[in-house]
Amino acid sequence: MAAAMPLALLVLLLLGPGGWCLAEPPRDSLREELVITPLPSGDVAATFQFRTRWDSELQREGDTDHYFLRYAVLPREVVCTENLTPWKKLLPCSSKAGLSVLLKADRLFHTSYHSQAVHIRPVCRNARCTSISWELRQTLSVVFDAFITGQGKKDWSLFRMFSRTLTEPCPLASESRVYVDITTYNQDNETLEVHPPPTTTYQDVILGTRKTYAIYDLLDTAMINNSRNLNIQLKWKRPPENEAPPVPFLHAQRYVSGYGLQKGELSTLLYNTHPYRAFPVLLLDTVPWYLRLYVHTLTITSKGKENKPSYIHYQPAQDRLQPHLLEMLIQLPANSVTKVSIQFERALLKWTEYTPDPNHGFYVSPSVLSALVPSMVAAKPVDWEESPLFNSLFPVSDGSNYFVRLYTEPLLVNLPTPDFSMPYNVICLTCTVVAVCYGSFYNLLTRTFHIEEPRTGGLAKRLANLIRRARGVPPL
Amino acid sequence: MAAAGAAATDLEVARGKRAALFFAAVAIVLGLPLWWKTTETYRASLPYSQISGLNALQLRLMVPVTVVFTRESVPLDDQEKLPFTVVHEREIPLKYKMKIKCRFQKAYRRALDHEEEALSSGSVQEAEAMLDEPQEQAEGSLTVYVISEHSSLLPQDMMSYIGPKRTAVVRGIMHREAFNIIGRRIVQVAQAMSLTEDVLAAALADHLPEDKWSAEKRRPLKSSLGYEITFSLLNPDPKSHDVHWDIEGAVRRYVQPFLNALSAAGNFSVDSQILYYAMLGVNPRFDSASSSYYLDMHSLPHVINPVESRLGSSAASLYPVLNFLLYVPELAHSPLYIQDKDGAPVATNAFHSPRWGGIMVYNVDSKTYNASVLPVRVEVDMVRVMEVFLAQLRLLFGIAQPQVPPKCLLSGPTSEGLMTWELDRLLWARSVENLATATTTLTSLAQLLGKISNIVIKDDVASEVYKAVAAVQKSAEELASGHLASAFVASQEAVTSSELAFFDPSLLHLLYFPDDQKFAIYIPLFLPMAVPILLSLVKIFLETHKSWRKPEKTD
Repeated sequence: MAAAMPLALLVLLLLGPGGWCLAEPPRDSLREELVITPLPSGDVAATFQFRTRWDSELQREGDTDHYFLRYAVLPREVVCTENLTPWKKLLPCSSKAGLSVLLKADRLFHTSYHSQAVHIRPVCRNARCTSISWELRQTLSVVFDAFITGQGKKDWSLFRMFSRTLTEPCPLASESRVYVDITTYNQDNETLEVHPPPTTTYQDVILGTRKTYAIYDLLDTAMINNSRNLNIQLKWKRPPENEAPPVPFLHAQRYVSGYGLQKGELSTLLYNTHPYRAFPVLLLDTVPWYLRLYVHTLTITSKGKENKPSYIHYQPAQDRLQPHLLEMLIQLPANSVTKVSIQFERALLKWTEYTPDPNHGFYVSPSVLSALVPSMVAAKPVDWEESPLFNSLFPVSDGSNYFVRLYTEPLLVNLPTPDFSMPYNVICLTCTVVAVCYGSFYNLLTRTFHIEEPRTGGLAKRLANLIRRARGVPPL
Repeated sequence: MAAAGAAATDLEVARGKRAALFFAAVAIVLGLPLWWKTTETYRASLPYSQISGLNALQLRLMVPVTVVFTRESVPLDDQEKLPFTVVHEREIPLKYKMKIKCRFQKAYRRALDHEEEALSSGSVQEAEAMLDEPQEQAEGSLTVYVISEHSSLLPQDMMSYIGPKRTAVVRGIMHREAFNIIGRRIVQVAQAMSLTEDVLAAALADHLPEDKWSAEKRRPLKSSLGYEITFSLLNPDPKSHDVHWDIEGAVRRYVQPFLNALSAAGNFSVDSQILYYAMLGVNPRFDSASSSYYLDMHSLPHVINPVESRLGSSAASLYPVLNFLLYVPELAHSPLYIQDKDGAPVATNAFHSPRWGGIMVYNVDSKTYNASVLPVRVEVDMVRVMEVFLAQLRLLFGIAQPQVPPKCLLSGPTSEGLMTWELDRLLWARSVENLATATTTLTSLAQLLGKISNIVIKDDVASEVYKAVAAVQKSAEELASGHLASAFVASQEAVTSSELAFFDPSLLHLLYFPDDQKFAIYIPLFLPMAVPILLSLVKIFLETHKSWRKPEKTD
């Protein structure tokens, strides 16, 4: 109900000198980028990163008080468009201009992998960190199965992946770039052709390996004006060999074992495939209270020997209040598999605490691995503002290591599930038993019993008497 | 032998009877109370009679008015009668179940020396400044100074003056019936400054039956403990406009003083945001005569919905949100004007939506396009914008323009944009509204609990209900004795407690436990147990009945 009505204007008295603030107001800056990595199998990985940084001083009182630090996990959620829409609303250009034009829900959710994140954190404005800015980083990674959707062809283009092309940069962005990973195809130009040809390339050490990227800068006016839109295409001149991708130095796996509904075991396998260097890993585990962990059964073995963690922090669970929190610093020997296992007992929940489908099982959140993985190639220290976004989420301080945070798979654990119709059955059964017992008891106590002489015999007696008379024996 | 057998049988029958009777006695004395006790739902007692009494509550709103007579304002023999008190009471005719009476208690007295001195000064403003100092007046009270008929304090053609604080000045008269005439004038002025039917009707708009004025009266926000005010700058075309607004400074300079003045009425939080590519839902029409675009009045309701999905603040707040949008139209659609019913452009280029907020269209000066390349840097003139937004804010809070009696001079606006008596008037209205809301909530809660006997009433719910009832009564008493501030606080308490009780989640626990399930559980137990007991009781009753009638017959 809107109504246009003449407003009686208030005459405002200006308080104080009416000069406007002449200093340049702090302007929020936006950087956006899309990294496209063609995988040898024919899949294509696309990672969007949007970083909004604003210099206005939000409230920040001293150092972070660790009592207020919270960690929460939702082990499993079915992602759908509802997750994408509010995420897109946080982008300054919404999905109207720039790279965010490509964010079309019906394509993004028909992918073999989908990962969406929002990071918000304070970042230092200068080296001494006298003032801080706030950074909102939104990332979205998808892996398209180009081989299957493209009828066996491994060629791809932006239009084929997103059913859109890039038409204009976001006017608010200070940087808007598309990076295409051309590392493996760079050596001989014969295998791969990128169209349009990139103006520049970028080389850096990413996660311990040297990478080469072709750069398309949307703010470069020549990039879009030539053809009114930018549709990056990649054509294989010779089909790529299906070689297995190199195994990462650190990877992990988690599973639950044991049988029956009483006890079980959680195991985490940590792989260090580095040929000669050992490195420490911080393992963070939160386990819901209804799996009662036996901490004395915690065993860590690597290469058949016991591995003592250099640091353990354990916070026991409280029923219905807080989960178990287990944090360990474990040294992974070179070229080894380390197994961390702990036994647990499954608790009985109250009958209203079960989920609507309790026989499906209960999810247990993934464990989190954080590690500084030694790199084979020395990397330059990252300059926060200059380097591309995908390289500055976790910047390395020295060139010989890179930071990795891994999440293992969430687990599905079955808990002992009662028969939910049981209370009603019990009531019905006891009622029936009580009623039957009561009935006979009542009859026994209230009825009068007396012996009644039979007045006349039955047919058998008469028949017997007839025979007896015939025989001459006195009747009964 | 036969006799002995019959005697034994009779003994046996009597024993059986006794056993049956004992069974029945145990079932009734022990079983029934046990069953009743174990299956009963806990229901704390509630003050039902007091709640139904609240509906017939008489609200008596007392406005204490101090009337101060200067030396030459009334004839001398009248002055001799001072001081004394006159009460002017009048019922406010509203179609509401509560009777509302408005009572002006006028305490007449002579002016003190410093007041005489102040009122003999040259202008009203000076006099006010001098009178202001001694003591702070209580909320809701008024002071009226009666000056001589020929005083030069007011312009000659003016009969009265309403100040920015809680004071007014009225001209006296040299007449036999001076007190009567002046009394009428004072009531006129006091009504303009405190309670009128319009104010109360607007406050009770939700509780009154619909009439043709109700839409207009429902413009103000409902009373709440707090309000959230969001200023949003919508820039649909960042390619052409690089818009900057100093919202922090503007809020500090214009909005904050206003909100500080209003702080008695609730908590306020203010935030702001800039939204890009936020379009209005309507395509403006082109007017070739003025080469400008315009929005029709009837299309304005469609403007808000598409924008609202991006505002996003109402989800995060407990309090009602007021949105103020500043819309800078895209280059292709500027300049953009809002037309009223007659097709003339609205002077402020703004409109408001009741209980939602306001939208202002801010056109970029066309001269800026010529000089520079796109995007054009636009500095928003915050004075112009805030004038409109503050006027809308006043409307949305229900602070309407006062109805000034004829020949009355109204003082100029204060720096806060809110006069003290306007705040009082808002508090009167909000107190009455809160009382009405709390009473309605309590009544419907009592009705609901009375109707559905399954609901558990916990002690804390009951205590909230008692608290709310007590607060309503306290607030009504305070209103009747003219203590506005404490009455308002009590009315807020009443609303809070009554809502807490009404929305307590424990009330929902047993609500959906239907009767058929109950019977399904009880019947297997009750039927086989009750039937033999009942049958044997009937049999015993019939037999005793027969044996009583037999002796009568034989006699």
